[in-house]
Amino acid sequence: MHKRLVLIAVSLIAMGAAAGVASAQEGEALPHSGADINDVESLQRGARNFMNYCSGCHSLKYVRYNRIAKDLEIPDAELRNLMFTSDKPFDTINSAMPADAEGWFGKLPPDLSLMARARSVDYIYAFLKGFYVDKTRPWGTNNLILPGAAMPDVLADLQGLQKPVFKNEPDEHGSANMVLVGVESMTAGALKPEEYDRFVRDTANFLDYAGEPVKAKRQSLGIFVMLFLVVFFAFAYMLKKEYWKDVH
Amino acid sequence: MAEASESADPSKSGGLIGWIDQRFPLTKLWKEHVAEYYAPKNFNFWYYFGSLALFVLVNQLITGIFLTMNYKPSSAEAFSSVEYIMRDVDWGWLIRYLHSTGASAFFIVVYLHMFRALLYGSHRKPRELLWIFGCLIFLLLMAEAFMGYVLPWGNMSFWGAQVIVSLFGSLPVIGGGLVEWIRGDYVIADATLNRFFALHVAALPLALVFLVIAHVMALHQVGSNNPDGIDAKKHKDAQGHYLDAIPFHPYYTVKDLVGLTGFLLIFCAVIFFAPTFGGLFLEAPNFEPANPLQTPPHIAPVWYFTPFYAMLRAVPSFAGTQVWGVLVMGAAIVVLFFVPWLDRSPVLSIRYRGPLYKIALAIFSVSFIVLGVCGLKPPAGIYPTLAKICTGLYFAFFLLMPWYTKLDSVKPVPERVTGHA
Repeated sequence: MHKRLVLIAVSLIAMGAAAGVASAQEGEALPHSGADINDVESLQRGARNFMNYCSGCHSLKYVRYNRIAKDLEIPDAELRNLMFTSDKPFDTINSAMPADAEGWFGKLPPDLSLMARARSVDYIYAFLKGFYVDKTRPWGTNNLILPGAAMPDVLADLQGLQKPVFKNEPDEHGSANMVLVGVESMTAGALKPEEYDRFVRDTANFLDYAGEPVKAKRQSLGIFVMLFLVVFFAFAYMLKKEYWKDVH
Repeated sequence: MAEASESADPSKSGGLIGWIDQRFPLTKLWKEHVAEYYAPKNFNFWYYFGSLALFVLVNQLITGIFLTMNYKPSSAEAFSSVEYIMRDVDWGWLIRYLHSTGASAFFIVVYLHMFRALLYGSHRKPRELLWIFGCLIFLLLMAEAFMGYVLPWGNMSFWGAQVIVSLFGSLPVIGGGLVEWIRGDYVIADATLNRFFALHVAALPLALVFLVIAHVMALHQVGSNNPDGIDAKKHKDAQGHYLDAIPFHPYYTVKDLVGLTGFLLIFCAVIFFAPTFGGLFLEAPNFEPANPLQTPPHIAPVWYFTPFYAMLRAVPSFAGTQVWGVLVMGAAIVVLFFVPWLDRSPVLSIRYRGPLYKIALAIFSVSFIVLGVCGLKPPAGIYPTLAKICTGLYFAFFLLMPWYTKLDSVKPVPERVTGHA
């Protein structure tokens, strides 16, 4: 019995590890953002960043202002500063982007409610740090994470411009083959690199919250559920032992 | 209840129970199926999964009802209504995660339940019909899960439905018309979503519940098998009590409560700490709404279908048609129905079988898991080759079974059941 349980546990762990390794191999490894869904101050800064720099073009059509205020502990007066003046607290966050904006960018700026779930918080972090100068693109910039991105480098004033770094990886015939391997700073922005890093982390963190507003609560509630089940398991096990005493 | 079950003739008991018993066989049913249903006393770990499957079924039914109260089955509103449930409905997120995690848990539990049958010969005479009901439940469960996966109307819902429904198009002559008939449109569209909703919340659950009742009734007709694969009701003591079997209640109700709590520890850990389970239970592309113009980079069905999906892809097209893969995938399910007759061993349990069956079952299990991994991966690198090999091994396990089970050595079977936990 115990041997078998150990065997099952080992095979389950092996399968899990295999699946983990396999999924890790899939996408190119993204830098770790270090975003923390329980860091309310970071989320507050992220909400401010989003409203100041993103919400002009991007909506959060499933997120309500008053929900943000409640979850992120933002007082009423502060909330008014975050909102578009015509909005009510129970409204969802809609952008001012008209429908014909598709003609401006080639595609409509996507709603970001679920971007962190569809991609990942690390993806958003890397994306916002991945813009570089590329004269062949309509807006003069391209993105390391999303090549051919339709979005212009709207944070260039904060970050400064970046230039691409190429490496020569000759193909099988030995001819030169330049591969884009990263970006490096070209001009300084209004924020120092570590300040910009925090700016992007906070923004990505806020979008992670927007993707699943209940995430932090879910995890903290989960601890109590697990504790209850552990205690209940002990009682259930003792009950079983008691009943089975007379089975020989 | 306990008082009523003690009296010899239920129709003569008094009180409310007596009143009911004269009009409905309440005490009789309780006794037959619970209090005096005698089960072998040597059930081990593998015997938890039957009651767990029942628990997950009830979980799916109840959470499903509450989801239906806020879900809108229209291509314009479905995606938003799921987000409404996740954000604006009180505890909606928990109900949705219970349902989505429950779907995966259902397959884990059912796969282990079926594996138990292969371990201890639970499908063998006289339990063939019990096994067939089980196979039908498995088949309906796959249809139920597939249609449920389409309902959130995410991009993977849409493209998964597109791929799976198109499979029927490869059937000769009727294919094209059949696909149109299933979709109710020329593409996966609002009409498809509506009918899948109807089937998912009404037709299939109803059929599943009826089949589960039939499954339990068949079990109680023939009695439970056990890890020794011998008759546990053969020996009685002087008073006529079974020596190797005990009443289901209270012994197995309290034991299954322990199993259930163990299961809930894992189930709730997933719900509260990893509800997407790394993209396996809820796939990342499904957080984008259905978009007929944008194919996800890699379309893979949810993990529980991937072993069969890998078999589908492993078979090359031949004579100008892809239908062979579809037939192989169908055959992989159909062959399950014949296992009771393919197995020719004189003993039921793996404990008294020789090395041939043990090796065959081990190879089969590994092949099934490898097929599952192959089905999740894009068909590149070693995966297509692996999938081909494992498809062969999957079918070899069943089709060669009449020979290797007959040739296999056997150990003497004990007269009484051995050990109990």
